[in-house]
Amino acid sequence: MTETIASVALAVNENLKIQKRRIRNGAGKTRLSLVTGTHGDELEGQYLAYMVGSFIDEHIDLLDGIVDIYPALNPMGIDSITRGIPMFDLDMNRVFPGNKNGTMAEVVCSAIADDISGSDVCIDVHSSNIFLKEIPQIRISVPTAETLLPYAEMMNVDFVWIHESATVLESTLAHTLNSRGTKTLVVEMGVGMRITKEYCGQLFRGVLNLMKQLGMWKGEVVPVRRPIISVGREVGFVNSDVAGIFVPYADFGDTVKKGDHIGNVIDPLTSKVVEKVEAVCDGMIFTLREYPVVYGGSLLARILQPVEGGKSA
Amino acid sequence: MKKKVLFSLKSPYREQLDVIGYSFGHGKRSLAIVGAMRGNEVQQMYVCSRMVKELKKLEGSGRIADDCEILVIPCVNYYSMNLGKRFWAMDNTDINRMFPGFELGETTQRIAAGVFKELQGYEYGIQLASFYQQGNFLPHVKMMDTGFTDPELMKDFGLEFGIVRKPRPYDTTTLNYNWQIWETKAFSVYANATDEIDEKAAKEAVNAILRFMDSRGLVSAVTSPGYRTVILDESDTEQIRSGAAGLFLDVLGRVVDPFECETVSEIRSPAAGTIYFAYHSPLINEKTVCFKIIK
Repeated sequence: MTETIASVALAVNENLKIQKRRIRNGAGKTRLSLVTGTHGDELEGQYLAYMVGSFIDEHIDLLDGIVDIYPALNPMGIDSITRGIPMFDLDMNRVFPGNKNGTMAEVVCSAIADDISGSDVCIDVHSSNIFLKEIPQIRISVPTAETLLPYAEMMNVDFVWIHESATVLESTLAHTLNSRGTKTLVVEMGVGMRITKEYCGQLFRGVLNLMKQLGMWKGEVVPVRRPIISVGREVGFVNSDVAGIFVPYADFGDTVKKGDHIGNVIDPLTSKVVEKVEAVCDGMIFTLREYPVVYGGSLLARILQPVEGGKSA
Repeated sequence: MKKKVLFSLKSPYREQLDVIGYSFGHGKRSLAIVGAMRGNEVQQMYVCSRMVKELKKLEGSGRIADDCEILVIPCVNYYSMNLGKRFWAMDNTDINRMFPGFELGETTQRIAAGVFKELQGYEYGIQLASFYQQGNFLPHVKMMDTGFTDPELMKDFGLEFGIVRKPRPYDTTTLNYNWQIWETKAFSVYANATDEIDEKAAKEAVNAILRFMDSRGLVSAVTSPGYRTVILDESDTEQIRSGAAGLFLDVLGRVVDPFECETVSEIRSPAAGTIYFAYHSPLINEKTVCFKIIK
C-alpha cells in the first residue's frame, strides 16, 4: 500500500508529495522503516529500496511484521540532481525535527519524523557525495552507540564508525528519531549519483538478517560479515594541500603503511606532479576520492588505523 | 588604510582566490566588518565597499580613535560571485556553515579557518547578513543569544529594530555564533536586498554602522539621527505563511492560480505590527513565509 505522508502545493500545478510504501503480513507488530533520498544526489538507497521491496513481495509469506519503505524524502532533489531542497538551498538533514506550523521544509520534515517514529528500527541510507566513495558502513554517535551497535553488527557492513556527537548534527533525522526512542542506523556506502549493485546486494542481505533477528522474517538468511568497529582506532584524514587533478595509485579497501604513495595531484598545464600524496598512517583505506578536480583541503582518503598495539585493519 | 591579503587559495585553473581586508587605524583590534560570504550577496559587498570609502575619509581627517583598528572584508567568496553561484561552486558548501573552520579540513573549512583567524580578538564584529529566501528586509540588526553579547548594544546602531535570536543547532557553525564563543560582540546587519543593490537600504546600513562606531568611541562621525531601537526576541515576531501556492502578487497580498488567475489565498495579518520581511518572487509554494511581522 502506497501512502502520501506529506503534501505541500508547489507554485504551478504540482504538489510536493512524500510517499511511503507499507508492506505488511502476519500478526507481527514489529516495524522496520527503510528510509533514503534525503540528499537528492545520493542514489544507492534507490536500488536497495527496490531490492528489499521486490524480494519481500515475492516471499510475502515469510514476512511477519511491517516494512515501511520511504524511497524519496527529498523528491525534488532527486529529480534535479540537487543535494539539498531545490529553491531553498537547504540541507534537509539540518531541518529535523521540523515544525508542524513552520515553513514548507519544516512541515515536511515534521511529518516525516512523526510518521517514522515508533518503528522498532529505522535504516537511513545515504551514499556519500559525488566526490568520495565509501565502503559500506554504519555511522553512529557515541551517546547512542551502546543501544545501536548490536543492530549495526547485524547489517552486513564492513565498518561501524562511532563518532563524537556535534551540536550541528542535532538537526538530523537520525538524531531526531534516536532521541524519540526509535533506533535509527545511518548507512553510508558507495558514491553519489551512482548505484553500486555489489554494495546494495551486501546491504540487502544485512536488512534481511536484521529482520530475521527482529523476529519479522521467517526465511533463511546468509551469515553476515563481522564489521570492523572504530572503537580504539583512529581515523586518518588525507587532504590535498594543493589544487590540481587527483590520480589515485591505491585502491579502495587497500591496507597501507604510513608514507605509502597512494596518489598524485598533477597539473596538466605544466605537466608536473604538484603533490605526491602519501598515507598519513597505517591502516585500511575506507574512503577514496572519486572526483579528480581538487583544491587545497579536498578530502582524498580516510584511513582506519589498526587498534593500538594490535593487528592491522 | 592598509590593503592586505588575509587568506589565499589556489585553484587548478583560475587565478588564486585572495581574501582582501582593508585595515584602518592602529592598535587594539576594535571592530571587524564582514560582507559577502555567499556568491549572491552583492548588497552585502556593496555596503562594505561604502564602509571602506567612509573609513578612508575618516582616517584621512584623523577621526579614528587612538589605539583602535578597524578591519573590513568586503567579500570572502568572490569565486562563487563570478560564477553566479550562492555557495562554493565545487561542492555547494556554505562558508558560513563552516565556522570556526579547520585549517587541515575540507576547502571551505580551510577558508573559514583562514578568515576566522584574522577575525579573532576584535571587540566587536558586524556581519552583513542575507536570508536564504528571496525577499526584502526592513533594515535591522540581529544577534544570537549566546549569553555573551548584551542586546542593549544593538541600540547603538539606531535601526528601527534589534532582534535577538535563540540559536538552533544549525546556527552553531555560523560566523556570528562562533565570533561570540571567541568573545567578540557580534551582530548581523540586514540591509534589505541580497542579489541586487538597494541604494537607500545600503545608505541606511552604512549610517547605522557609523552610528555604532561613533557611539562606541571608535570613530568620530556625524550621521543623521537614528531610531530609538526596539529590542525584541525573535520568538515575539509573527510569521505569515502562504495558505496556497501560485503566483504571489505581493503588492495586493494575495496568491492567484497560475493558470486561471482566480484568487486562491489572501494574505492577512493576524496581528497589527510592522512588516520587517516581505517575500519577493512571483512564484510561491504553500506554507512559505511571505511576511514577518513585528507585533
